[in-house]
Amino acid sequence: MSKIIATGAIKGAYKTVERAEKVLKECIEKHGREQKVEFPNTGYYLPVIYSMTGIEVEKLSDCEGVLNEAKKLLPPVPEEKVWLPYLGGTLDAGIATLWSEEVIEAIKYIDGPPPADGIWLGAATDVILRERGIEFVDGTAPGFAACVGACKDSKTAVRIARELQEKNIYVFMSGSTNGISMAEQLAEEGVELGWDTRLVPFGKDISATVYALGFAARAALSFGGVQPGDYKKMLLYNKNRVFAFVLALGEVDDEKYANAAGAINFGFPTIADTDIPEILPRGICTYEHVVSNIPDEEIVAKAIEVRGLKITVEKVDIPVAFGPAFEGERVRKEDTYVEFGGNRSEAIEFLHCADSSEVEDGKIEVFGPEVDDIEEGGVLPLGIEVLVYGRKMQEDFEPVMERQIHYFINYATGIFHMGQRDTIWVRFSKEAVKSGFKIRHLGTILHAKMHSSFGNIMDKIQVKIYTNVEDVVRLKKEAKKVFRIRDERLKNLTDESVDTFYSCTLCQSFAPNHVCVVSPERPGLCGAYNWLDCKASFEINPTGPNQPVKKGETMDERLGIWKGVNEFVYKASNQTLESFSAYSMIVDPMTSCGCFEVIVAILPSTNGVMAVNREYPGMTPSGMKFSTMAGMVGGGIQTPGFIGISKFFICSRKFIRADGGLARLVWMPSMLKEEIRDLLEERSRELGLGDDFLDKIATEKEAETEEQVLEWVQKVNHPVLEMEPIM
Amino acid sequence: MNNNDNNDYSPYKDITVDRAVAEILRESQGRLSTAFDRALAMKCCPIGSGISGICCKNCSMGPCRVREDTVGLCGATLGTITARNLARQIAAGAAAHSDHGRDLAHLLGLAAEGKAPGIEIKDELKLMKFARNLGIEIKDRDVKEIALEASEKALSLFGQQHGEIDLIKIAPPARQEIWRKNNVIPRGVDREIVEIMHRTHAGVDQEPENILSQAVRCALADGWGGSMIATEITDILFNTPEALRAKTNLGMLREDEVNIVIHGHEPTLSEIIVEYSSDNELVEYAKSKGAKGINIVGICCTANEILMRQGIAPIGNFLSQEAAIMTGAIELMVVDIQCIMQALGRLTQNYHTKLVTTSPKCKIPGAIHMEFRDVNGPELAKEIIKMAIDNFSERKGEIHIPDVSSDLVAGFSHEYIRYMLGGRFRESLRPLNDAIIDGRIQGVVGVVGCNNARHCQDKYHNFVARELIKRDYLVVQTGCSAISTAKYGLMVPEALEYAGEGLRSICETVGIPPILHMGSCVDNSRILTVLSDVVEEGGLGDDISDLPVAGIAPEWMSEKALSIGTYVAASGVYTAFSGEPIPVESSPEVKKIMTEGWQKKYGGQLEYIMDIEELLNKVINVIQEKRKALKIDMKKERVLLDMEARRALKDV
Repeated sequence: MSKIIATGAIKGAYKTVERAEKVLKECIEKHGREQKVEFPNTGYYLPVIYSMTGIEVEKLSDCEGVLNEAKKLLPPVPEEKVWLPYLGGTLDAGIATLWSEEVIEAIKYIDGPPPADGIWLGAATDVILRERGIEFVDGTAPGFAACVGACKDSKTAVRIARELQEKNIYVFMSGSTNGISMAEQLAEEGVELGWDTRLVPFGKDISATVYALGFAARAALSFGGVQPGDYKKMLLYNKNRVFAFVLALGEVDDEKYANAAGAINFGFPTIADTDIPEILPRGICTYEHVVSNIPDEEIVAKAIEVRGLKITVEKVDIPVAFGPAFEGERVRKEDTYVEFGGNRSEAIEFLHCADSSEVEDGKIEVFGPEVDDIEEGGVLPLGIEVLVYGRKMQEDFEPVMERQIHYFINYATGIFHMGQRDTIWVRFSKEAVKSGFKIRHLGTILHAKMHSSFGNIMDKIQVKIYTNVEDVVRLKKEAKKVFRIRDERLKNLTDESVDTFYSCTLCQSFAPNHVCVVSPERPGLCGAYNWLDCKASFEINPTGPNQPVKKGETMDERLGIWKGVNEFVYKASNQTLESFSAYSMIVDPMTSCGCFEVIVAILPSTNGVMAVNREYPGMTPSGMKFSTMAGMVGGGIQTPGFIGISKFFICSRKFIRADGGLARLVWMPSMLKEEIRDLLEERSRELGLGDDFLDKIATEKEAETEEQVLEWVQKVNHPVLEMEPIM
Repeated sequence: MNNNDNNDYSPYKDITVDRAVAEILRESQGRLSTAFDRALAMKCCPIGSGISGICCKNCSMGPCRVREDTVGLCGATLGTITARNLARQIAAGAAAHSDHGRDLAHLLGLAAEGKAPGIEIKDELKLMKFARNLGIEIKDRDVKEIALEASEKALSLFGQQHGEIDLIKIAPPARQEIWRKNNVIPRGVDREIVEIMHRTHAGVDQEPENILSQAVRCALADGWGGSMIATEITDILFNTPEALRAKTNLGMLREDEVNIVIHGHEPTLSEIIVEYSSDNELVEYAKSKGAKGINIVGICCTANEILMRQGIAPIGNFLSQEAAIMTGAIELMVVDIQCIMQALGRLTQNYHTKLVTTSPKCKIPGAIHMEFRDVNGPELAKEIIKMAIDNFSERKGEIHIPDVSSDLVAGFSHEYIRYMLGGRFRESLRPLNDAIIDGRIQGVVGVVGCNNARHCQDKYHNFVARELIKRDYLVVQTGCSAISTAKYGLMVPEALEYAGEGLRSICETVGIPPILHMGSCVDNSRILTVLSDVVEEGGLGDDISDLPVAGIAPEWMSEKALSIGTYVAASGVYTAFSGEPIPVESSPEVKKIMTEGWQKKYGGQLEYIMDIEELLNKVINVIQEKRKALKIDMKKERVLLDMEARRALKDV
């Protein structure tokens, strides 16, 4: 009965708040109230606290204030008889617990034990949040499971983890049962842990559970345009859009109940494998709040049903587990049975259209040795040729689909794939080969996945795999000819050369009012979708998130304003945006959801602009960190002087062309500069900005404030000095 | 604890189901006359009650006794006279509530100006909300300034001559449209009452439907105006109720303490008396007089007011007032307005009990009048308490306090209900709506109203409440009706054992009793606010009339009940009265207007059903029909969302 849960949760909350007060007191005694306190590399402070209250916890003294508020939230423990309503108080106690746990975990970063230690990862940085957050936004990952405690044995832990992985659900692990945690059970079985495999061990302490909720809170701030302090919107955003749940594994003590109560505020239900009381009526969560006594083999399916989630997992007929969650798994050298390419042998992959008569659907052939024919530790050449035929297939789509080969092959457990075209590198693990994985299964994967992903445009798919050097070299020669033509075509693909752009509303699951306009020279601001991707996506799903936008009459070539685009944006923005210019960040710039890779902002006194990428955690010359600026730029509002863009767009010919283009760039973090250096150099040469232009762009090493940037541009004689005033 | 399960004190078990009251009556053995005795001795007039024709005394050509086949001297028909009489009764009921509200509006202003000692603004958040609903600018203005303007605005609302009163905007837009279309959106309640009195004067409005439309307009001015103002301002001045524990029934009187009973309907002076009852000086004074302390208890809706906010024990409802005196244990009963039997004046003469009237609007022969004038709260409270203490030693004869009491949980304001369903950060009515949609709760029924000496005290209240919760209907209560079930232990969370499986699961989840105490009878306006909020929360239609809800007044007695019944029906709720008939029974024409007619116009109706089981079935049928119309009568497959469905989500 719920009262038992309420009583446990409230008692657990008292204990947790008390514990936080104790560690805080000790920490203050040691370091003083002014001691800095933070989670590493984040602009969201202690994120649950920040998102709910707007309080920017920076010093230990800030924690005192938070804990005082947490204490006020603690309700009396329900009486045995004539009790007062306890649901509201229990939920409040859950929040008090989460705030206290953030304080506890943050203090660990000062006084230890260090949250990131051994298999444990502690708080996720903003870089991880962006990388992984996008997967939640575009649906690659439908949600996360906060696994608290440990399974009855390590084999069960592996089975549950694999099942969650196969359904693409992130596995966040914290807490322990009888001194053992699920993450330790997985490690014991040799399972690869980490963000790449979606098996994330936050910490063994129960208080590490708060990292999972902090991740959710940041998703709301980062992608949902929720303002810090707007607790109701943050929690409802999570209820409606972040499909997470708690798996309570093993005995549930008071502190675990308290965490469950905290999670229920977010709309995340708890599913337990032990016989604890249940809370079945819905309202705070979409369906049941607590469901218990679920056998291990049913717990994942039950959790998904309780959370109201629909996941369709396609079966690919291969002898190893398969799914996007396995994409990040590496195969280490000592675990490798056979490898291909990676400069150790000739290798290439190549997808191209062919006539209907040339393609026999489902035919998979291996020319050359199979794995059985070679010894462990061997190397083989590899040529993967995918022949496709479809009435709606276009040559333009070939590179789009070819790029998917990397992902599809990586989805198989124990198979590693890197690179594309003739730079590929593939490894099969001993484990995979032992399970019966053959080279021909690469074909099985590609045939199945190509059909399921592009069925609308591909009618027939045939795969030829070569493992003898002659065939591979021949294929390489043929393919390279085609690659050159493709590259040439891509280069000539400009905004002027097409009459249709594409909209992208893929992220409307997270940012309901934003729409991207993707043109050949301006990819989506998340960096993940370019014009060709959108075009193919429209062919695959004509009513999907990518719709053609006819440019129509050009109204202003310099600013990039077209009648058709304006009409589309006006409609798609619910009549809020009347005009949109593609090439300006000052006159009606494009709006942003929250997924942008980079923010560009004017530094008025320098007459130039700065660009900062999400991964950069430090202060920028604008006086704001990325996260603060993101709050201004996101949410589907035009903010003149600020735009959210993809990294690649900085190197585009159309980058703020109307405002002066690349020559305006006066500051960017060094990490960003290095990442896009090659393309930047190419473009600055093309624009005649000189070979040393890149050196004239200040980084955090040269300037941290706007004044310092101004001094820098004057010192290096940056071209911006000669330009007309930007505003 | 509840030891009021079984009243087998024959012959009193047909008079009351309350063992405490029965015990007192048995002790008295008819030596003193009570309302129960008088009910047996005097039958009610069949003409006045509208069962057999109707009586018109609006001019001196009459009184005219008119039946279906006759007319009055002026030619007035049965239907016209019936409608006129009812309209006047509704006007009287609306006047009672609203005049109460007016006094509070006045007090709010005095409190803002610091001119009402002992009274201050306690719930600022609620003041902001109230002010906003009255269209007052908040910004960063001073609380007192806002309160003063709210007071002025509220006062002016009573006399508003034109347009629509602001508070109706709380109702769902669809509901407002219906009222607008039928031209019943009220102006100020004073105007609506005056218009009823005018229209029903000899030779004015003679079309029953037209007369009743004005009655509806007047009642709406009460429910969404006068009464709502009373509730809102009471919360502002004395705090919005939150769940609390208390005890009820005559067993809460203390043999060794000074017993002061607060009776009537106004919260103001009573709150101050409660505050001073723990004053050290007074407690010491009580001890010096041989008492162990000062025990404040209540009767009727003043009791409900101080129960909801202070946890003060209500020792009984309307029909318990005489029995309370007859315990011989009450030093002083202080009364304000409404539902105070004149009989108390004579009855107290037989005991040491002092009866004190405090309102200039209510004086009673045999009572001491000590007038409360807003400015003299603390002195008057102290004086009254002192008088009670001085009277402790004057007790004569035997004291008989029945050992009967029950626990209860009260304090379910609209705001608290939202809080209890989601805590501070997720407060909303969503879990309630979801429970209704899922059928765990089949519907919500307001069981409200009075006691009536012509009917076994509390019997019908308890019957319908028990039967409803058994069938998974959540019951909400106010007024004497609320005390009537609390006395039998139905308002404790443990009472979930009497609830059906679905309702029980909600009680367990939230920790609530299956019956919620929402306050005094003027607080029926809280129910209107909650219903509007349920509509806004979504999933149950666009209007109150779509909701699977109903109202029942099973033992009604006062004209206030007629006003309440009318505004609830006109707000779109099926409403049924039982016990004594609504005084329209002999006119099929008027009955039809109030049932079929109002149903068509307002989506709700007011009906009298004598047989309580038949009434119960009707209420259940009506609610089940609403469930069917909402397509929530059958279990639905759960909706599982994929990414595409998530993209289509528009909110948040």
